[in-house]
Amino acid sequence: MIWIAIRMLTGDPQKFFGLVFGIAFSTLLITQQLTIFVNLLERGASGVYNVSSADVWVMDPVSRTTDVAYAMPSTALDKVRGVPGVEWAVPHIRANASVRTKDGDLEGVAVIGVDDATLIGLPKNMVEGSVDVLSQPDSVIIDDVGTTRMFPDASPIGERLELNDQRAVIRGIADAIPSFTSTVVLYTKYSNALNFVPGTRNRLSFVLVGKADGLTSQELVDRIEAETGLRARTREQFARDGVDFIIENTGIPLNFGITVALGFIVGVAIVGLTFSLFIRDNIKQFGALKAIGVTNGTIRRMVAAQAGLVGLIGYGLGVLGTVGFIYAFSANPTFKGFYIPWQIPLISLVAVTLILALTGWLALRNVLKTEPASVFR
Amino acid sequence: MSGPAISTRGVTRDFKAGQQTITVLHGIDLDVKAGELTFLVGESGSGKTTLISIMCGILWPTLGEVEVFGTDIYDLSDDDLVEFRLQNIGFIFQQYNLIPSIDAASNAAVPLIAQGMDRHEARKRAVAMLEKLNIGDQAGKLPNQLSGGQQQRVAIARALVHEPRLVVCDEPTAALDAASGRRVMDLLREVAVAEDRACIIVTHDNRIFDMADRILVLEDGKVTHDGKHMPEDH
Repeated sequence: MIWIAIRMLTGDPQKFFGLVFGIAFSTLLITQQLTIFVNLLERGASGVYNVSSADVWVMDPVSRTTDVAYAMPSTALDKVRGVPGVEWAVPHIRANASVRTKDGDLEGVAVIGVDDATLIGLPKNMVEGSVDVLSQPDSVIIDDVGTTRMFPDASPIGERLELNDQRAVIRGIADAIPSFTSTVVLYTKYSNALNFVPGTRNRLSFVLVGKADGLTSQELVDRIEAETGLRARTREQFARDGVDFIIENTGIPLNFGITVALGFIVGVAIVGLTFSLFIRDNIKQFGALKAIGVTNGTIRRMVAAQAGLVGLIGYGLGVLGTVGFIYAFSANPTFKGFYIPWQIPLISLVAVTLILALTGWLALRNVLKTEPASVFR
Repeated sequence: MSGPAISTRGVTRDFKAGQQTITVLHGIDLDVKAGELTFLVGESGSGKTTLISIMCGILWPTLGEVEVFGTDIYDLSDDDLVEFRLQNIGFIFQQYNLIPSIDAASNAAVPLIAQGMDRHEARKRAVAMLEKLNIGDQAGKLPNQLSGGQQQRVAIARALVHEPRLVVCDEPTAALDAASGRRVMDLLREVAVAEDRACIIVTHDNRIFDMADRILVLEDGKVTHDGKHMPEDH
């Protein structure tokens, strides 16, 4: 009977494809929007992820994220270095600046100053050039967002910038995860950064720390906080802080939540309507089957099989659509590094199951209510 | 066959219409024998559809008892009654109610598939039945590729494929011209009437009354005539 149920459904191509489209559209909307949402949120932690070697970030007690930081006096570095269990500690500066390109355009940028000696604070990989270029005068390394935005037609290597009235020369391109706002980032040595960024007395944004063997990051965090009075966060905690900051301070969760809810509602509407029409068109056949001697249990399994088939194909198409979307935009720096966390297809699957359970149940009610005797009327 | 194929005793059926209760059948007592082509005749609203529905176990009577081949069918549980219908009753509906997206053979095989038979085996037996009805060459066609008469034969094949003991036909000739109608009746007599099988036909088609072995006339929910021929005043 399951075979007959499937044939009943696929034999009506308009309704079959309508149902598949409804599920695929819902899955696409839910999966794609959740994927963008999660990846955008993770951009809040990009500043942390780009510095892979630091186990602990130390900052002023009021600092919250890599982008919302209050500068500390340079003595903070020495305080941290004096804490037992600190293998190494380097200065890290993050500040905003304006650059004027040779065409006269003005662009807001983030300047990141990394440790002069070790270059800790740079992204792990380079797209073009080597990290050694920072030893040349006035050198900066631009990230790939900056390359696309400021130099879309040619390589930026060798280009001169007017950075806060200072001369800067681009000598490399870093392979960095873009920030939440996709701001152009220029990496330079800490000593250079102090020149590029207009100063106040305190300029040190963070102290990046490596832990000694035999110590957990959390133990080191506790020690640093106890002995220096500064705020310290493990890499994971500070990444989470960046994500939480976006959740708490932007309307993004609400906006994406509304879109995901709309995806669910549209799915219920399209699938519910089409399923009801399909059942209504076949009510005589279902009535005949009941009269012949097909049990309500078998009818339930038939409708469940129809819903299952539609769900399987629609869900597969929706997830494939999301994969296609991510793949198609992967070359765009805005979507760089976007991926689909395994939980998201699972959430979509639950949503699709709910849509089909709800609409299938509504449609099934009509079939079960149909009296076999109605076939004689 | 010792007793009647179908026996109804005091069958009454009421329907609610708003605040009113309408009694459609008034204590029907009748016996239907196997091996006969029994016609149930009456005007629209006479209660013949209600009576046939009750006799084949798809509509509960308000009062009374119905025995089909010795089984009090409304004494059965819901599941047992469904199973009883599946094993013992074949239906031919006025609108045929064929499933439009499966071919003639699969339509005819539905009762066997519902009984749990392997689909391919069921199809083989359905094709054999279609051949018996002279439309074996149409077995692979969808219902909308068949003429009305051919669809009727597929419906007959579906009603008979599982060799039921009771065959119920609702207005089998209503949509056919006189010649086709008589051909269908000839066919039904040939394949549906047997010593151990009862066949009841609900009809008001006076072109085929002469083909009945027995005619039961229903008026206002009561049997007013029982005989080989229609009464003079009809």
